[in-house]
Amino acid sequence: MERLKYPDFFKLDDLLTEEQIMVRDAMRNFVAAKIKPYIERWAQNSEFPVHLVREMGQAGAFGPMLPQAYGGSDIDAIAYGLLMQELEAGDSGMRSMASVQGSLVMFPIHAFGSQHQKSTYLPKLASGEMLGCFGLTEPDFGSNPSGMRSRVKDMGNYYLLNGAKMWITNAPVADIAVVWAKDENGRIKGLIVERGMEGFTSPETKNKWSLRASCTGELVFDNVKVPKENVLPGKDGLSAPLACLDKARYGIAWGAIGAAIDCYQSAVRYAGERIQFDKPIASFQLIQKKLAEMLTEITKAQLLCYRLGQLVNEGKASTVHISMAKRNNVEMALNIAREARQIHGAMGITGDFPVMRHMMNLESVITYEGTHDIHLLILGQEITGIPAFK
Amino acid sequence: MKILICISHVPDTTSRIKFTADGKQLDKQGLQFIIGPYDDYALARAVELKEAHGGTVTVLNVGTAETEPTIRKALAIGADNAIRIDAEPTDSWFVARQIAEVAKDQGYDLILMGRESIDFNGGVVHGMVAEMLGLQAFSPVMMLDVVDGKVKMAREIEGGKEYLEATMPLVAGCQEPIAEWKIPNMRGIMTARTKPLEVRAASDETKLTTHVHFELPPPKGAVVMIDPSNPEELIQKLVEEAKVL
Ligand SMILES: Cc1cc2nc3c(=O)[nH]c(=O)nc-3n(C[C@H](O)[C@H](O)[C@H](O)COP(=O)(O)OP(=O)(O)OC[C@H]3O[C@@H](n4cnc5c(N)ncnc54)[C@H](O)[C@@H]3O)c2cc1C
Repeated sequence: MERLKYPDFFKLDDLLTEEQIMVRDAMRNFVAAKIKPYIERWAQNSEFPVHLVREMGQAGAFGPMLPQAYGGSDIDAIAYGLLMQELEAGDSGMRSMASVQGSLVMFPIHAFGSQHQKSTYLPKLASGEMLGCFGLTEPDFGSNPSGMRSRVKDMGNYYLLNGAKMWITNAPVADIAVVWAKDENGRIKGLIVERGMEGFTSPETKNKWSLRASCTGELVFDNVKVPKENVLPGKDGLSAPLACLDKARYGIAWGAIGAAIDCYQSAVRYAGERIQFDKPIASFQLIQKKLAEMLTEITKAQLLCYRLGQLVNEGKASTVHISMAKRNNVEMALNIAREARQIHGAMGITGDFPVMRHMMNLESVITYEGTHDIHLLILGQEITGIPAFK
Repeated sequence: MKILICISHVPDTTSRIKFTADGKQLDKQGLQFIIGPYDDYALARAVELKEAHGGTVTVLNVGTAETEPTIRKALAIGADNAIRIDAEPTDSWFVARQIAEVAKDQGYDLILMGRESIDFNGGVVHGMVAEMLGLQAFSPVMMLDVVDGKVKMAREIEGGKEYLEATMPLVAGCQEPIAEWKIPNMRGIMTARTKPLEVRAASDETKLTTHVHFELPPPKGAVVMIDPSNPEELIQKLVEEAKVL
C-alpha cells in the first residue's frame, strides 16, 4: 500500500544515481532475507550471528568505498550511506559490525598501513574471512581518549604492549584488533594485534540491554609482543583514530535514518490496524501528530545526509559537519523509536515488533562514537573558537 | 558453456496496476520495474551454472531504453554481457522472433527464461523460440543441472514431478526452486556499467497480436459479517444482493 511505502517524502530518489539505488535496494533485500527474519531471536538470546560476517563480506558491506584492488567496490559516499541506512533498518548491532570493520579497521589499514599490511589484511577483511575490532576506549578514558594508559615499549625488534581497552565492538570474536596505545614519548600509535598473540585476551561484556545481537568485549594486553611490522606507519597522534571515527560517524548518521524508518513504518501499520473506541487509532489526532512529526524529522535527516554525502564525495566534509549529522540523526531516531513504542501500546514492549529493540540499540548509538553531548562541544568549539572539553 | 538468458522488464509485484484512459495501455507512471521474477530464477541458475562449469552468460531483453537499469541489474548479478533489442515487447510471437534471431547460429547451449512473464503472463515465448530454432523446449523447469554434458531437469506436472534428461542445446522456461534469487553485491553493481550492453534494432517488425482493450477486475466488496444465529439473513443476501442462489 502506498502509505506503507518507504518514506521518500521530498523525492530524494530522483537525485540518486542508478548505482546508488541499486546498492540501496540490494542491501534492503539482503536485510529482508538474512537479518529481519532472525534478528528478534538473536537479540532476545543475546546471540551474535557469526555466520553473517562471511555473508556480509560477500554482499560487499565491508569497506565498500575502498578500491577494488583491496577488496572494496569503489562505491561513493551516498551509496555507502544508503547501505548503512538499510543495514541499520535491520539492526543497529549489525550496522555496528560493518561500521567497525569498514571504517575503524579497514580504513586505518588502508589510509595509514604499509603496503604489506594492506595486502595481508584488507582482502580478507573485505570478504569477511577475517573480522576486526578497534580499541580506543579504556575503562577510565571514554570521552577523553587522549588520557589513555595503554603503552607500547620499543624492545628493539618488537614492541611490548600493555593495557586494557573496554566496550570494544566485535572484540570477543575478532581475528585482529587495531589498537591505539602511547609510546615512550607519549605519542599515540596504531598497532595491529592478532588473535593468538601471547598475552592477548578479549573477555566478553555480558548483560547488555542494547546491541544485544552485536558482541562487545574488552581487550586485555599483558606483555604482548607485537612485531614492528604491525605498527601502522602512516600516521600517529590522536588525529589518526579521530580520522577513523569521522568515517564511522558518517555511516551512523545515515544508519540512524534506517532505524527511524523501521520504527515509523511499524507505527504507521500498527496505527492503521489497531482499533480502539471503534476506530483505528490512526484516526486520532494525537496519533497523527506523532506520525506527522516522525515523517518530518525523517525527511529532514534524509536531506541533511544527502548533502553531507555530497560534501564527503567532494572532499569538503569536516568533523564538524559529520558531528552535527550524527548527533541530530541519532537523537531523531531515538525520539521516533520512543514515540513509535508508545503508539504500539503494550505490544510495543515485545519482540513481536522491532521498535523496542531499535530503541534500546539507539541508547548505545547515542553514546558511542562521541556522546551526544561531546558532539555539542565539538560544534560549540566550531562556533566560538573556544574548546569547552575541560 | 554458453548461456542465453532472456529477461522481461515488468512492474514490481506489489504495484498497483492502472491503465491509460483509453484502456489500451498500461499506465507506467509511478511504477517500479524489476526483472521478471521467474526470469530472475533462471538468471540465478545461469550464474550458478557458469560458476560451476565456466562459460558465459549473455542477457537478452526486448525492450525500449527504459529497460536498461533492469538489464544492468542482471549484469550486476553476474551476467557477462547484454543485448537489448530496441522495441516494445507487446506480442509473444514478435518477442520470440527477436530472441530466435539473436540466438540463431550463436551456439548457445542453454536458452533460459522464466516460465512466463508476470505482466502479460503469456507463457509461450520459450516454446515459440524453440520451434523457430528447431530445438526442444521444457517448461516449467524447477531443477536444472548439467552432468557429463547432459541436462538433468525436473518439471512440475499435475500432481507430481517429472525427471528428465536431455541433450543440449535446449530452451527452458524456469520457475522456483531452480535457484534462489541472487542479490547483487557491491562489486557487481559497480562493474555492471563496464560490461558490454549492445543495442540492436528489431529484425522483423511483424506483430501478430494487438491489444484491443484492458480492464481491471471489479473492486472487491467489503466483507459483511452475519450472526451465526441468523441464517435467514445469509440466504436473503445471497439471493437478493449477491444473486448467486
Ligand atoms: C555498545 C558499545 C560499543 C562500543 N564500541 C566501541 C569500540 O568498538 N571501540 C571503542 O574504542 N569504543 C567503543 N565504545 C565506547 C564508546 O565510544 C564510549 O562509551 C564513549 O566514547 C563514551 O565514553 P564513556 O562511556 O567512558 O563515557 P564518559 O566519557 O565517562 O561520559 C559519561 C557522560 O559524561 C559526559 N561527559 C564526558 N566528558 C564531558 C565533558 N567534557 N563535558 C560535558 N559532558 C561530558 C558524556 O557526554 C556522558 O554523558 C562502545 C560503547 C558501547 C556502549
